[in-house]
Amino acid sequence: MAETTEARLPAWTVIEPESGLSLQWLRDVWAHRELLGFFAWRDVSVRYKQSLLGVLWALLTPLITVAIFTLIFGHVAGIDTGGVPYPVFCYVGLLPWLFFAQSVQRATGSMVSERNLLTKVYFPRLILPIGATLAPLVDLAIASSMFAAMMAWCRLIPNTHAIYLVPLCLAWAWFVAVGVGALLSALNVYFRDVGQMIPFLIQVWMYASPVVYPVILVPEPLRWIHSLNPLVGIIVWLRFALISRPVPPGVSTWGSLTVSLALVVVGIVCFARMERSFADVV
Amino acid sequence: MIEVESVGKRYRLGSGVRSDTLRDALMKRIRRTAAPRPESSDSFWALRGISFAVASGEVVGVVGRNGAGKSTLLKLLSRITSPTEGRIRLGGRVASLLEVGTGFHPELSGRENIFMNGSILGMTRREIQACFDSIVDFAEVERFLDTPIKRYSSGMYMRLAFAVAAHLEPEILLVDEVLAVGDAEFQKKCLGRMAGVARSGRTVLFVSHNLAAIQQVTTRCLVLEKGELAGDGPTQDVLANYLGSGARSSVVQDLATDLPDFHIHSVRFREEDRAPGFNKPLEFEVSLSLQRAFRSVSFGLGLHNSLGARIVTSRAIVDRLDEGKTTLSFRISDHHLPPGEYALSLSISRDTQKIFYAENVLPFSLSDLGVNDPLLQAYLVHLRDQIGAFIPARWEKRES
Repeated sequence: MAETTEARLPAWTVIEPESGLSLQWLRDVWAHRELLGFFAWRDVSVRYKQSLLGVLWALLTPLITVAIFTLIFGHVAGIDTGGVPYPVFCYVGLLPWLFFAQSVQRATGSMVSERNLLTKVYFPRLILPIGATLAPLVDLAIASSMFAAMMAWCRLIPNTHAIYLVPLCLAWAWFVAVGVGALLSALNVYFRDVGQMIPFLIQVWMYASPVVYPVILVPEPLRWIHSLNPLVGIIVWLRFALISRPVPPGVSTWGSLTVSLALVVVGIVCFARMERSFADVV
Repeated sequence: MIEVESVGKRYRLGSGVRSDTLRDALMKRIRRTAAPRPESSDSFWALRGISFAVASGEVVGVVGRNGAGKSTLLKLLSRITSPTEGRIRLGGRVASLLEVGTGFHPELSGRENIFMNGSILGMTRREIQACFDSIVDFAEVERFLDTPIKRYSSGMYMRLAFAVAAHLEPEILLVDEVLAVGDAEFQKKCLGRMAGVARSGRTVLFVSHNLAAIQQVTTRCLVLEKGELAGDGPTQDVLANYLGSGARSSVVQDLATDLPDFHIHSVRFREEDRAPGFNKPLEFEVSLSLQRAFRSVSFGLGLHNSLGARIVTSRAIVDRLDEGKTTLSFRISDHHLPPGEYALSLSISRDTQKIFYAENVLPFSLSDLGVNDPLLQAYLVHLRDQIGAFIPARWEKRES
């Protein structure tokens, strides 16, 4: 055992009141990236360990959702998708959306459900909400393979831009989920109302995002406001890449990107400021 | 390798500690702006002006009564919470045995939990792999490595948890009262591990109520009192002072009885001799103020151990009590109680009429300093609260 610690020069750690976001803070988070992996891995393996259908749930959730939406919005409401079969159209929006919603939901509860850890050991707390956004990536991968099968069955071929646009859009969704998740998880430590609010927030946010409808249904002069929702940019570009729906005029990708960046910065800065008293409050 | 400079930690009191809902928080905001209160009324300092330095290789004990700030100090050092003022510098990795098994997940197997727990405690994956076999050996759980730990017995669970913690290689080890839990074997492992860590030139900070254990392991000792550093020096001297500072006499005042003309002014515990030791006579002083004279009053004293079990019952009948103030002193000698935390229950009656009865009237502690018998010493460290009265047995061989 002693050999494993050979020549590790003790690094001085300085603890001072309320430091908030700093370079050292970020470095500390980075130094614990392995723990991040462990948390994500634990979440995944625990989730599938005791459920009968296991991995099947990751397939059933999007499939059932698509079936319901197709029935209501495709058939009853008759939303025009410009020639693309409604289930495929809807599924493209659901891929990032379900991932985003699940990540935010899990991240928000992450602090409170791990209060045991918060009051007993030190590690950069940001690891918890970020870790919570990693496990849904597995579900996303499974749902994506389902989508590939769906495309093949409908004989649809993605755009060549998909090669870089799809990973970029998904990374974008993850990025926003981390920002929002960090902010909400920190607030949830102080106010449990946040946890109560989440289902409504998620629902409202979904209808504010073009998951079940195309952006063309939004009046053109209002589209730039609509684009302030990061999910609009993500879904519009995914639809462009995967099912060749052109990006509707008036949608501001820069608007989506700016808001996304702001959410991440605000989320992490707020988190860093509130972090120091988590153990006293949770 | 620990430097603490005028560190203080302030907690908000009462409802201010946390506002569970947004409404509470908003209401408080509104109320505060309406009637601003002085800050001091809703906050208190759990620690204030603490400064000390610990060199590497030192094993330092921290003692103090409940609420003196010991746990807060450890929480600050382990970075679980941050100080309100001051500065702490730590030279190297810190590991705390505040609670073993932190982060264990019941659904995961033993193997998976070793990695998870090790990682949470600050080990890298490579380090865990390097000592994995050793951890498994130590915990004696080889056959159950792939069983979810929710199926482990509590003994196996504890062994596994401690095995992981024992393989940490921190420069600074913080230990808080782990010795209070677990069986004798486990406690012995804890003490052994701490001694081992210290020998390898690392720093250990050990918080405990168990003065015998502190004495056994540490060379230097800090005393915390009401959030301030009240003592710092060689363990022997500091503990002697600490015990002399009034820890031995506890008192409770103004107890109402069932009779309006029978008032208990105070009940006081005095350990007869300042010099510590085992089986010294106990002395309880009961001060009464009476409106009239009483005859044949019976006093029952019960001693309860820290688990609440009554282990000694003692009774005395006072044939006559005059009007006015009286102080009675009750001595219980030869009680054979080992050092530890106790509580007194007191009953007073006349004939069949009950005058006063209350359990846990007065908590008191018997110190374990100066218990020289090595056999007894071992018992005290490992079997607190489980011994009851300790009476050495005599033995002889009989011809059969």
